[in-house]
Amino acid sequence: MTLLLPLLAALQSQPGQEGGFWFPVQASNHAPFYDWVFFFILIVSAVFLLAITVSAIWFLFKYHRSRAPEPEPSTSHSTTIEIVWSVIPAFLLAYMFWLGFVGFMDHRTPPADAYEIYATGRKWSWSFTYPNGAESEELHVPLDRPVKIIMGSQDVIHSLFIPAFRVKQDVVPGRYTDLWFTATMEGEFELYCAEYCGKDHSSMQSTVFVQPEGQFNAWAEEAADFISKLPPAEAGARVFKMKGCIACHSTDGSVITGPSFKGQFGTERKLADGSTVVMDENYIRKSILEPNSQVVAGFDPVMTNFQGQVTDDQIRVLIEYIKSVKE
Amino acid sequence: MYDQSQGVNYLNCSRGFWSWFGTLDHKRLGLMYMWSVMGAMLIGGVFAMVMRLELFAPGQQFVDAEAFNQLFTLHGAIMVFLVIIPGVPAALGNFALPLMLGAKDVAFPKLNRLSYHLWVVGALFFVGVLLTTGLDTGWTFYAPYSTLHSQTAVVWATFGAFFLGFSSIFTGINFIATIHKMRPPGMTWFKLPLFCWGLYATAIMQILATPVLGITLLLVGVERMLGVGIFNPALGGDPVLFQHLFWFYSHPAVYIMVLPPLGIISELIATYSRKHIFGYRFIAMSSVAIALVGFIVWGHHMFVSGQSALTSIVFSAITFFVAIPSAIKVFNWVATLYKGSIVMKAPMIYALSVIWLFGIGGMTGLWLTTLQQDIHLHDTYFVVAHFHYVLVSGAVFSMFAAAYYWLPKWSGVMPNKLLGELHFWSSLISVNLLFFPMHFVGLAGMPRRYADYALQFADYNFWISIGGFWFGLSQLLFLAVCVLCAMKKGEKAPARSWEGAEGLEWEVPSPAPFHTYDTPPVVK
Ligand code: HEC
Ligand SMILES: [Cu+2]
Ligand SMILES: [Cu+2]
Repeated sequence: MTLLLPLLAALQSQPGQEGGFWFPVQASNHAPFYDWVFFFILIVSAVFLLAITVSAIWFLFKYHRSRAPEPEPSTSHSTTIEIVWSVIPAFLLAYMFWLGFVGFMDHRTPPADAYEIYATGRKWSWSFTYPNGAESEELHVPLDRPVKIIMGSQDVIHSLFIPAFRVKQDVVPGRYTDLWFTATMEGEFELYCAEYCGKDHSSMQSTVFVQPEGQFNAWAEEAADFISKLPPAEAGARVFKMKGCIACHSTDGSVITGPSFKGQFGTERKLADGSTVVMDENYIRKSILEPNSQVVAGFDPVMTNFQGQVTDDQIRVLIEYIKSVKE
Repeated sequence: MYDQSQGVNYLNCSRGFWSWFGTLDHKRLGLMYMWSVMGAMLIGGVFAMVMRLELFAPGQQFVDAEAFNQLFTLHGAIMVFLVIIPGVPAALGNFALPLMLGAKDVAFPKLNRLSYHLWVVGALFFVGVLLTTGLDTGWTFYAPYSTLHSQTAVVWATFGAFFLGFSSIFTGINFIATIHKMRPPGMTWFKLPLFCWGLYATAIMQILATPVLGITLLLVGVERMLGVGIFNPALGGDPVLFQHLFWFYSHPAVYIMVLPPLGIISELIATYSRKHIFGYRFIAMSSVAIALVGFIVWGHHMFVSGQSALTSIVFSAITFFVAIPSAIKVFNWVATLYKGSIVMKAPMIYALSVIWLFGIGGMTGLWLTTLQQDIHLHDTYFVVAHFHYVLVSGAVFSMFAAAYYWLPKWSGVMPNKLLGELHFWSSLISVNLLFFPMHFVGLAGMPRRYADYALQFADYNFWISIGGFWFGLSQLLFLAVCVLCAMKKGEKAPARSWEGAEGLEWEVPSPAPFHTYDTPPVVK
């Protein structure tokens, strides 16, 4: 043990923001213990693997046919040996289980006063909602303060993974899951979707911004009321991205899952039931809140229902944005 | 006893398509399984190599994300359902089990033929998938992506897997009956070759776990086609339920894939050390123990799925129990070498490398079942490295070892020594270049099933791809060895093809005669 601890400490040393050979930087409260347990198991495994390798190679050399033309008489079973080499690893395994259990319980038990952020996963982007109503596609968190992320999915299973924080949790439709951490390092860190979720799974990435509390609060305030500060069309562009409309609708004429909005405002379209309708303010509003009430001919009725998920202000700027996308 | 003068054996006793496709002979069925599985492996392997081509460098070069998703899905589904699960029990087991027991055939030859035909039907469904819209759900078919969102031929694929499941169940039933009822006089349970113990343990799992997979995949089809809410929360279902049902089969499936290969390793190490295996009873019982405990560990795939913390804790604790019987096997193999007289023939060098490679695969499992460690590692390349060490350098290398060992009995000629050794070294180096760096990209945080990756993962991925191409091309050497044997090019094999080989299969001429053992031999 006295030999082991300095070795563990040496393996763990972290050269700055870059991360070490083994792991990304330790940027959350969970990381130091996590890495310690990793290296503990590494050393135990390496000792066993070395013992197996060395004895196998030694036997291969010593008892090779050229040196040992005939097998020597030897026992072919020994209950004592079998018990010894089952029980010794058993103790080590029990200790590993214990370490994992302790670490896991810490991961699963958010402090009661944690700052709460809601996360939504959808094909193929993230959206984060803060207590003051601000929303963003990137995750912004205050430094040195416990943060609890409560997660839900709009479609399939995703998984929120921040390597530098050593946290991951599946995001499951139909229920909430959560994870928590305290960011301990200022900076930008990668955030991935770790559960396969279809076509653009590998680009369902985002960034975590860790800022000192003052800067974070200033950001959150600005983010909460950009609608009143920006020109409506510009604010609408932001909502369009934030709410994930961009995954299905383009503004350059190309058809993704849904129709493009390029130069569409004020034009007439055919609906699946055969009627025609002009795209005006009311039509857009209805398309967002009750998408399946008027389905455009040639498209599947697969648009997400945004009833209760967008505010009137947001709908207003979305309409302005769609108007602004000209031919 | 055997009329060898005419040179009649199981290969040339009759001719024509139906004499093979309609045969009831376990040796012919085994051989057909072997070639079919190798064909499937070639396709699955090519898919993997195209994936590695795309991942050679960051950015999109050769295939887009959609095609990439199809590649990893079909690679996984083919390798699991069409290659490794039937590869060891059905292909090797069919050929070897009755011979090792001195039995005329398996207990139910017609059922055995049906198993093979079901394999073919299952494979045809997969061909159907390939020819239509493909499949992009991952081999795990996670709902609700598979039941609602995927635009691909999910239903075809689930039907294919359903038929393959029945093929596997029937083989299991057959082998259990064979081992119980057709052991020759004098072969008590504890004289049973260890490969047969591996097959026995596997057969239990095939029978008990596979039906659950079949039902689960049918439910996927039902939800997809009829819109009945089972897994999709929008219809009142539960997506996590799917994962429980899926892993209830797919964790035991891992042991279906590895227990018989580990049995082969036990046989080979004893044979080429000219010794009795050390700790026979412990090895035999460890297979059964792994099979039984293997049924109650599936939740270790779901530590971050949203299952309750208590459930995860229980599954983690039980999973640690699997480590002990696995370690017992490894220790006993090394002990068998002690005071032996070791010859390094191709089957033996493969067997020895498996001790080490399977050791690595087993040890990385320790991290994954340590609850807190799995949080960071789950669904990263670390997991990909772990199960490829177990399944490729563990199970597939054991299949190579077994193939070199029994090729003389199948074909009547010894496998080419030079090509065999070249194949070994080339595969050993490349398999490590391919899978070892995956541990590091995983630790660095690269998720699996990514068609593209961030720049910091580029160096590792470059070397992984080099290893991948190299490993893939190395397998042409194995194909060459098999083709040479099939063409009877090489040294003629005597009945007992390897010095020190003691199983009953070495009592009959090589290649095996059409009728082996009309009367069972007596085991002393
Ligand atoms: C899952 C994909 C998807 C998302 C996300 C989505 N839509 Fe749609 N949308 C569609 C499809 C498909 C149609 C065509 C079928 C229909 O009318 O329901 C459509 C139709 C529309 C229409 C009518 C278009 C026309 O040309 O008549 C509007 C307006 C619209 N969506 C706005 C939005 C807005 C605003 C958002 C974001 C808040 C959004 N959609 C998000 C898929 C989507
Ligand atoms: Cu994803
Ligand atoms: Cu498992």
